[in-house]
Order: sequence, then structure tokens, then C-alpha cells
Amino acid sequence: MSESGSPRRLPAPGRLARRVWSIVALPLISILLALVVGAFVIVASQLVLPGAQLDLLLPVTAYSALLQGAFGNFDAIVGTLASTAPLVLGGLSVGLAFKAGLFNIGARGQFLLGALGAVAAGITLAGSPSIVAIPLALLAGFLGGAAWGFIPGLLKAVAGAHEVVVTIMLNYIADGVITAVVGGPLRQQGRSEAITPDVGNAALPIIIGSTGHAGILLAIIAVVVIGWLLFRTTLGFEIRTVGANPDAARYAGMRPRVVTILTMSLAGGLAGLAGAVVILGVNHLMTPSFGTTVGFDSIAVALLGRTNPLGIVAAALLFGALRSGATLMEILARIPKELIDVLQATILLFLVANPVLQRLFRLRGVKSGLDTTETLTKTYSGEAVVQ
Amino acid sequence: MTIEAAMTPEAPVIAPALEMRGITKRYPGVVANDHIDVEVRPGEIHALLGENGAGKTTLMNILYGLARPDEGVILLDGRETTIAGPSDAIARGINMVHQHFMLVPVFTVAENILLGEETMAGPIFLDRKEAHRRIVELGKRFGFEIDPEAKVGSLSVGWQQRVEILKALYRDARILVLDEPTAVLTPQETQEIFAVLRRLAQEGHSIVFISHKLYEVLDIADRITVIRRGKVVGQRLPSETDEDDLAALMVGRNVQLTVDRGDSKPADVALEVRGLEVKDDRGSVVVQGVDLDVRSGEILGIAGVAGNGQDELVEAIVGLRRPSGGRITLRGQDVTRASPRAVNEAGVAYVPADRHRFGLVLSFPLADNLVLTDYYRRPYARGVLRNDQAIEASAQERIREYDVRTPSATVRASTLSGGNQQKLVVAREFARDLALLVLDQPTRGLDVGSIEFIHRQTIAKRDAGTAVLLVSAELDEVLELSDRIAVMYRGRIVAIRDGRTADKNEIGLLMATGGQARAAAPVAETGPAA
Repeated sequence: MSESGSPRRLPAPGRLARRVWSIVALPLISILLALVVGAFVIVASQLVLPGAQLDLLLPVTAYSALLQGAFGNFDAIVGTLASTAPLVLGGLSVGLAFKAGLFNIGARGQFLLGALGAVAAGITLAGSPSIVAIPLALLAGFLGGAAWGFIPGLLKAVAGAHEVVVTIMLNYIADGVITAVVGGPLRQQGRSEAITPDVGNAALPIIIGSTGHAGILLAIIAVVVIGWLLFRTTLGFEIRTVGANPDAARYAGMRPRVVTILTMSLAGGLAGLAGAVVILGVNHLMTPSFGTTVGFDSIAVALLGRTNPLGIVAAALLFGALRSGATLMEILARIPKELIDVLQATILLFLVANPVLQRLFRLRGVKSGLDTTETLTKTYSGEAVVQ
Repeated sequence: MTIEAAMTPEAPVIAPALEMRGITKRYPGVVANDHIDVEVRPGEIHALLGENGAGKTTLMNILYGLARPDEGVILLDGRETTIAGPSDAIARGINMVHQHFMLVPVFTVAENILLGEETMAGPIFLDRKEAHRRIVELGKRFGFEIDPEAKVGSLSVGWQQRVEILKALYRDARILVLDEPTAVLTPQETQEIFAVLRRLAQEGHSIVFISHKLYEVLDIADRITVIRRGKVVGQRLPSETDEDDLAALMVGRNVQLTVDRGDSKPADVALEVRGLEVKDDRGSVVVQGVDLDVRSGEILGIAGVAGNGQDELVEAIVGLRRPSGGRITLRGQDVTRASPRAVNEAGVAYVPADRHRFGLVLSFPLADNLVLTDYYRRPYARGVLRNDQAIEASAQERIREYDVRTPSATVRASTLSGGNQQKLVVAREFARDLALLVLDQPTRGLDVGSIEFIHRQTIAKRDAGTAVLLVSAELDEVLELSDRIAVMYRGRIVAIRDGRTADKNEIGLLMATGGQARAAAPVAETGPAA
């Protein structure tokens, strides 16, 4: 019966599987292809090392070390989770902005300002009870990032300045601000190098293993809150409408300018929280050279996760695992950590080149790439391509 | 005179220029083309008539190589052919003029025509001179003079259409497919294009003319094939049919082509516009001191050639554009500088001319689109939270009430046909008590069934005491629905006429000249006498 039935009524489990496949196919294939490319890079890298023997199985060694470093034991898993948490927050930042049709390249600057806010508040509250110090330090981190997101949002809304240009410039300014503040007002007295005091009681508690700080919990909460905001609230509906069709949003009586400012501030706040989590959960103090790859990785996470909160969790977990496992890979296989950058960049390249993949693998009925394509096109050509 | 006549392959003295035999195309859930047979003779203008979603576009996409048929064959000059893609189609002399022009506005006429078909003098440089000469010559041959150096963006739509046709002729098109070519043209422009098409046919080109405007099809076609729900339901000669017959074939039931507008009972003035001045995006004043009154329970139609300030006038009234002078009053309340939301809450509904740009968010489900303007109000929201149950329930109800054809309320608006998308907008805008209903080109590009539906709903709204402001470039629509007609010309209202006694020729003349000068050419009678 079901064999000869009408073609559109497929059995439910098959339909669900198909739906899931249509969403995850491209990211998965991109990841696998990136690993293949990475393998070639690993093999090729031996050729330039003087006196090294060519080991064709080195990619296997490297990848298994990577896997072991990321998930090999309880501590490794906890380490992965700890490095995933800020990526989730950063990914949500970029993803939320995408939903409103904004390309937040400034996650890095917002991350730094968030870290700065958190460390400033943390130092001040280092002696206060944790129950007071931690929330206030996190709030300061959120506000620091939000301020750095508010600026491009405001400039876009009132002057039409493109957020990509403004946020890139703010990234540079953020570097300068960190150097100035850590070397100046926040500098610890009596130390030869520029370094801030410890955040003391404002440090996030360890909740699992030896490195699993409470930032992990915070990231989970943020995913739920942002998902709820986007899909369950009227504000989320406004954000999505402004992103999908700003003209229709205006027609519908929404205020795209206000939504733009609000969304950029919120996105900045999320990236700021990521910075706060790294400072309060891992470093506990700040140096002028403070800066991780989290800011830029967030963009990759948001794209790989298709700007969907759950997708962002999966993508962040992948990137967190890569970062966290890299150390063991470096030790066991003598492959530099920078391979991770190569892998991440390659994943993105394949994702962006999705039409090629679709043709190559004859993927039909698969969601064509990124929902953010239009935002990206708009970003680079000034105007969206009319479809 | 039916399908059988068209099916005898060996008999004709001259092989048909194009024959599509037994074309079948299935998409998941629908059969878009069900064993369609069409035959187009050399030098014939063959009209393909059908409602939106009937399968005309699918059939032409198959002809143009954009889709592969599941069954059936295409014969060109009697020989079976497979068409793998558009370049294949063009190489075989099949060209298509799309409804939405595929032109680059910042390029010149010549550059647009040469796109993808560069005549090379050397390996690198375009032979512009030769190309220009050919373009001018082609234009002359078909009765119009065109400047190859003119920027396409500066041309009127009528001329842009000619550029599209030239593009096809430049590529030696023998079979020309025109998809709704008159949707954006004024009656005069339509007649001019028709003259070009007749000339083409005389020279032996075959033309497939896709339309759902019945009087046009009767005017231009040598033969008419009617398609309904993917099937050929009849073939007619213009001499042996009329609009009612064609409409019935097309829709599958008898339709009333002109809605009986009945008597209006105008009450108090609902909308009062005084001395309104509005600037366009470039800062020039395009609405210059407009005075208008629309009473509750009447339809005021604004007739005018597109681009005479109607869009800006409407945008100012609904709050999307801030007037630079004058006053707008709604039921005694000043709304000159009110926001779109404030205007909406004052009881104004607005069906925008561009439903894709303003009216809908195509990537959203139908249910979300149905609450686009009142998503923040009870019962669709409780505080800051969306009430998905209420949204869904109301969507179900409105989809039923306004006959939106869709599998469910959760599919994206982009999956609907044009007519159903417009019904969706209407379902949202009409479904509450209104002080004023603003309709801007409410039936542009729609099929007969949808037009009839929207016209009926509009009259029902009027009869319920709503003031209706109707803007349309379709003079017939204005004449048919309006209780009073205002003619807009270069940002001014140049005349107001009674809708029941207005003379079509006079209005057409006023539209073209503002009543100041005699028209260069007499206004052609294109439609049926209203």
C-alpha cells in the first residue's frame, strides 16, 4: 500500500530523517571534506621539514590525537565543554545579528570589551562575596560588549553606516583600549609587566571536573533564552521580520532602526558575555595581549550552525573540541595547533561554496546553503541580489 | 476545433514551427502539465490563456530548457528536438521575454542586447558600431526608432519591453515567447507593442503570447489555447469566441467579469487631504498640492499613468512617507505625521502595490504573514509573548474565509501563486473593521478568478461603510469599481468625474495630457465597452 501510495505522503520517520538530512547534509559534508584537505596539509607539511621522514599515516595519528585530546577522558571532555562555552555565546551573538539582517564582524571587539568590563568589575569586587561579585562582573561584561555593539547599531540606524565597516574598525579600537586600560588604570601596582590584579571572588566556580567553570551553564541558559526570544516573543518576530524584509517590517509598523540598535546591542552583549566567561572562568586576570580566537571563530560557528541556536551549539562544540584537542595533537603528532585554523577556514570555504557541493554530490532537496546568504551578499555588494 | 485537430502530425502542408506533444510534468503533489498538446504555426500569434498556476509557466520553462518534461516531445519544424537549457533554446531560435524584465538598468540599450551574445570584432573588443547599426536597423524594420546609446534605466517600461524584444530578434529568434507582456503597460503602450508583434508575425516569426487578459488575447491572437489545472481544456479562434466563453473555460465555471458595483451610500468624509505635498526619494516634489475627500461608503478611484505621484500619495497617507506640506485628516483626527502603526491603529488598511516588497515576508509561514501588522496585539500576543495558538487558529479561519489555496498555514508565503499571495494580503488587511481601505494596484498580475474575488471583497467593504481609496494603472479597474474617479497627472489631481458616467476616452486623454494639450495620438480603445 505505502509503496504505491501517492508520493507526497511519505511515512513519518522517513520524512523526519529527510528533513534532518536536508539541514545537516551540507555542514557535515563540509566538515568531512575539510578533514580530507587537512590530511593533505599534514602530509605536505612533512615535505618542508628538514630531515623528516615522510609518514603517510600521520594524518591518522594527528586526528586520533585530536579526538583523544578533545574527548579521550573525563577531563578532556570537560576541557572541551569549557572552551565550547564562549564559542556558544559568541556564535549566538553573530547568529542573532544575522537574524536581523546584520553581519556582526565585531564579535571580537565586543568580546574584548566584555572581558575588560568583567575584569574591571571583578577587580573592584574581588573581596566581595561571590554571590554579589559574579553576577555584577558578568553584567559588566555584558554591558561592555553591548556598548561596543550599540555604536555600530546606532551609526547604522541614524547615518546608514554599514555595520561591517564600523565593527571592523571597532575591533582595532578595542585592541587599543585594552592595551591602554590594562597598562594604565587597571595595572597591578608593583609589577614590572602590565597585568591586572586577580578577580578574586568574582571568578566563576568550577562545577565539573577540574576546569569546567560555570560559564558552561551560562551558555546553555543563553541558548534557551535567545531561542525563546527569537521564536516565542513579539520582539523576536520583529527581529526576524526586519532581517527577512525590512520594507515589510516598516509597512507593518515595526521600527527597523530601533530593532537594529537593539539587536546589535544585544549581540554585542552576548559576545561581551563570552569575554566575561573567559576572564572569570579561565584567566582570572588580563594582560594587554589578551585575546583569543573566540571573536572570529564565532562568525564561523554562526555560519556553520545556520544561525539557529541549536545549530550554533553543535558548531561550537565542534570548534571547541578542535581547539581543546589541539594541544594533545601538537604533543603526540607534532602538528602545530595552527592546523585548526586551516580546518576551520576550509570548513567555511566549503560551506560558502555550497552550490558546488550540491552539484558534486547530487544533493537534491537539501536546503541550499546558508540562510544568511542574502545578508552576506548585501554586505559585499551594498544591495541584496533580488531573487 | 479541439485537441484532435491539433494532433494530426502528418497532415499540415507546412510543418508547425513548434509543436509540443503530450508534455507532462509532475512535481511532488501536483501535475503541473498533464499531456499538453500545443502547436504553433509559422507567422502565427498563438495565445496561451490560463489562470495563475494553470501550468503556462511550467510549459514555457520546458520549452526554454529550464525544466525537463517527464513525458512528451517537442518538435521544431516537424523534427523532434531535446532542449537541454536556455542556451540550447536560443541556439534553436526560441527566445523568451519574461514578465519581469531581465535588463541591467545602468547599461545602455546596446549593451543589454549584446549581453551574452557579444559580436566580436577581435578576440577582446566588442564591435559596437556593427552592433549599433544592426539594432537601429532591426528597430526600424519593426516600426520603432531606438537609440542604442540610451541607458535602459531611463526608458519607460514600454520601451524596456521593446528592448527585450529586440534582444530576442537580435539573436535571430524565430519563436518568441512573451510572458504577460502587457502587465505593466498603459493601454496606449499595449497597442504599440501589439503593432510590433503583428509586424513580427507578418515577417514569419511565431509568437507565443501568455496572458490572462481576455480582451487582449481576443485582440492580438490568431489562435487561443486555454489551459486549466495543467490540461488543455479548449482551443478557440478569436472570431468564434468571446470573453465570457474564454473566462468560463479558463476558470472552469461561469464568472462574472465585471462585478456589479451597486449603489453607494456615501456618508461623512473619512479621509480629508488638503494641499498635500510629498517628495520622492530623490527629493523632487512629486505630489503637488493634492486635495481629496473620500467618504465612508464610497470608492474613490485614482486613475493615472504609473509614476505620476500616486505611489507617494498613498505612502504619505499610510504613514510610510512624511509629507513636506499639507494636511491629512482621518475622521477628524490629524494623521499627517503619524507613524505607519498609528495610522494602522486608526483603522486604515493598506494593500501595497508591491506585495513581495511590502505586503509579505516571503520566507515566513502564512500564519506569520497574516499577523504581520497586529502580531503585538491581543489575542496574538500576551504581553511580550507570541500566542501561537491564537495565531494559528486565526490563520486557519482567514485562509478558509478568503479562499487562500494552500496545503497548510505553515508553508512559506513564497510557495503560493501570485493570486493566492494577494489573497493572503487581502485576508490580513480586510479582516477587521476599517475607517479607510487603501488599495494600490490590488489586482496587478492576478488571474480572473482572483480579480473577481478581490473586487467583490472591496465592494463588500464599501457597503459595510468603509471609505475606499483605489489606485490602479488599469483604467478598466478604476472605471469598473469607482463611485468617483480622480485623475492624477504630474502630481496633481486634474479632474474628478462620476464613476458611473465617466467616459473612458476622456479619462485616458486626461491621464496622458493632464487636460492641457491635445494628445499626440488618439487614445485607442483597447478594452470592451465597460
